[in-house]
Amino acid sequence: MARAISKRRTVIVTILAWTIGLLIFFPILWTVITSFKTEAEAIADPPSLFWFNWTLENYNVVNARSNYPLHFMNSVIISLGSTLIGLAIAVPAAWSMAFVPSKQTKNILMWMLSTKMLPSVGVLIPIYLISRNLGLLDSRIALVVILTLINLPIIVWMLYTYFKEIPIDILEAARMDGASLKSEILYILTPMALPGIASTMLLNIILAWNEAFWTLNLTAAKAAPLTAFIASYSSPEGLFYAKLSAASTMAIAPILIMGWFSQKQLVRGLTFGAVK
Amino acid sequence: MIIRRALLNTAAGIGLVAGITSAVSAEEITIATVNNGDMIRMQELSSQWEEATGNTIEWAVLEENALRQRVTTDIATGGGQYDVMTIGTYEVPIWGKQGWLMSLNDLPAEWDQADILPAIAGGLTVEGELYAAPFYGESSMVMYRTDLMEAAGLEMPEAPTWTFIREAAAEMTDRENEIYGICARGKAGWGENMAFLTAMSNSFGARWFDEEWNAQFDGEAWANTLNFYVDMMNESGPPGASSNGFNENLTLFQTGKCGMWIDATVAASFITNPNDSQVADSVGFALAPDNGLGPRGNWLWAWSLAVPTSTDAPDAAKSFVAWATSKEYTELVAENEGWANVPPGTRTSLYENPNYASVPFAKMTLDSINSADPNNPTVDPVPYTGVQFVAIPEFQGIATAVGQQFSAALAGTTSVEDALANAQELTTSEMQDAGYQD
Repeated sequence: MARAISKRRTVIVTILAWTIGLLIFFPILWTVITSFKTEAEAIADPPSLFWFNWTLENYNVVNARSNYPLHFMNSVIISLGSTLIGLAIAVPAAWSMAFVPSKQTKNILMWMLSTKMLPSVGVLIPIYLISRNLGLLDSRIALVVILTLINLPIIVWMLYTYFKEIPIDILEAARMDGASLKSEILYILTPMALPGIASTMLLNIILAWNEAFWTLNLTAAKAAPLTAFIASYSSPEGLFYAKLSAASTMAIAPILIMGWFSQKQLVRGLTFGAVK
Repeated sequence: MIIRRALLNTAAGIGLVAGITSAVSAEEITIATVNNGDMIRMQELSSQWEEATGNTIEWAVLEENALRQRVTTDIATGGGQYDVMTIGTYEVPIWGKQGWLMSLNDLPAEWDQADILPAIAGGLTVEGELYAAPFYGESSMVMYRTDLMEAAGLEMPEAPTWTFIREAAAEMTDRENEIYGICARGKAGWGENMAFLTAMSNSFGARWFDEEWNAQFDGEAWANTLNFYVDMMNESGPPGASSNGFNENLTLFQTGKCGMWIDATVAASFITNPNDSQVADSVGFALAPDNGLGPRGNWLWAWSLAVPTSTDAPDAAKSFVAWATSKEYTELVAENEGWANVPPGTRTSLYENPNYASVPFAKMTLDSINSADPNNPTVDPVPYTGVQFVAIPEFQGIATAVGQQFSAALAGTTSVEDALANAQELTTSEMQDAGYQD
């Protein structure tokens, strides 16, 4: 009896999971399909899911009109650069907060998180002026620094949560065996927290890849990443849904592929603690 | 023959830019522009200017709203990221007065400033200084289905009244077959429903402000405008009209669901293109409606190229502006893409050209542009310029808030009376805060 219930439950949960998964994935699938339609078919009513004249014309137009490799490389450099610098700052910060907390640790953590509540546009002018005065407008350096600072609170919080779940006894045992602080962090803490660090890193790359306020406002032509590439294909006066879909597909494909291959690590890091 | 003419045009274009850049060494300029078809074409053809001058171009091509935010931030802070900016008739007078734009009065004589359509030049000139060169001009007009109009037993006049439009819309509406007599903007926004309603209100004798900058939404003219709009849309408009902007209405029209659509003249090329439109062969055009008071319900807009004072390459920037807005550039586009694709609505000479006269929407576009006067847009005098906007920096914020009220009135979530009262209150408050009144 119990086995029958368990089997039925498994089937229901499986169907539910697939339904939710498909619902979430459907907009992306629709975008990809639309990218192979003509502009007329893209707005046809009723829309056709698969039975239309598939064409690569939109991709040809997008490739001819835009410098995709430049935007792609800018996105890679900005998202990877900001993530690696962020991790280099956040790992020691999270270590100290998790294992050597002070009376103010909780307050500092809350304060860091509160900076995420500030609307970005509120600090646009000061940041713009600072970038201008430093000669960093339309440069990848400025975006790497800003995205590092923007995502730092999330990285620190995530790592702090993972580190908190590592028993301090293990670290103390390492210290008794003569491990230095550097060895403790590099050879004991990091390997144990690797799934957490990996998922933090992946999530941060995705956040930086998709960031569309600073990357649009601080760039002109040279440092513009894929967000600016997409923005050049939407229009309030003109229907370019098929071309916009082709540009969107080209922009999300790299991060989608990366997410697909690292999904095991990502899910493990997001759903389990370091030692569970 | 064609090759010879192309060579002559190219040579003339090169002559124009060479005259400006002869004393200038090769430079790199950054151009910010919107991503509509005419600008994309300019980007594609710009290699000819690069070859002629030895200069190079970095392009920042964005959709309108993202571009506006970006260039406004840059020019207000003196960022200097761009050497040429694509801006509209709303920005030019405000930025010109602020001293943020370079005067283009010194463009070479061959550029022929006197050839610019007076209505367009008027919107780009501040105290005698031309601050931007018009790349293309647009107005709004009535686009309608000739087959549905005929089936309704009606004939569209060249210059219809609002009363005719409302009656024709009711006759053409066939809700069972999802055909709606009238499509118009309802989505809230200063460039969305407020562009349409501000232009419409001019023809009803309404105005945003009196000469003392007092808001006028509590007057009879605005009540007539909004009541007429809401009633007409409820009678004959599509469902969910309060969410419809340009693109939504374009989709409805192209898929055969609109009897009439009043919107930007640039839409004419989309709805007459058989590759995009299911009704391409049965489209007619007419002037925007009026009420016999003088102004018609059409707007005026010109995407224009301006050179910010923060540029470090003013000569190269002006050289590009002169090239892209020249008569020779128009000829170049015609050679490459055909006359239907040349940037419309900026030069008198274009409309005197017999080759352009055969383009189906050319005359209506010119008549629409000529019937709008940005310096005298209303029946009663006003202290501002602009047909579908008020050229003051506060307008974007105020009009978007007012647009939300009017969109709610169309959706039926508030009454017309309450929407107007709220618009009056919030506009008065904002104008007092901004220092227009004591």
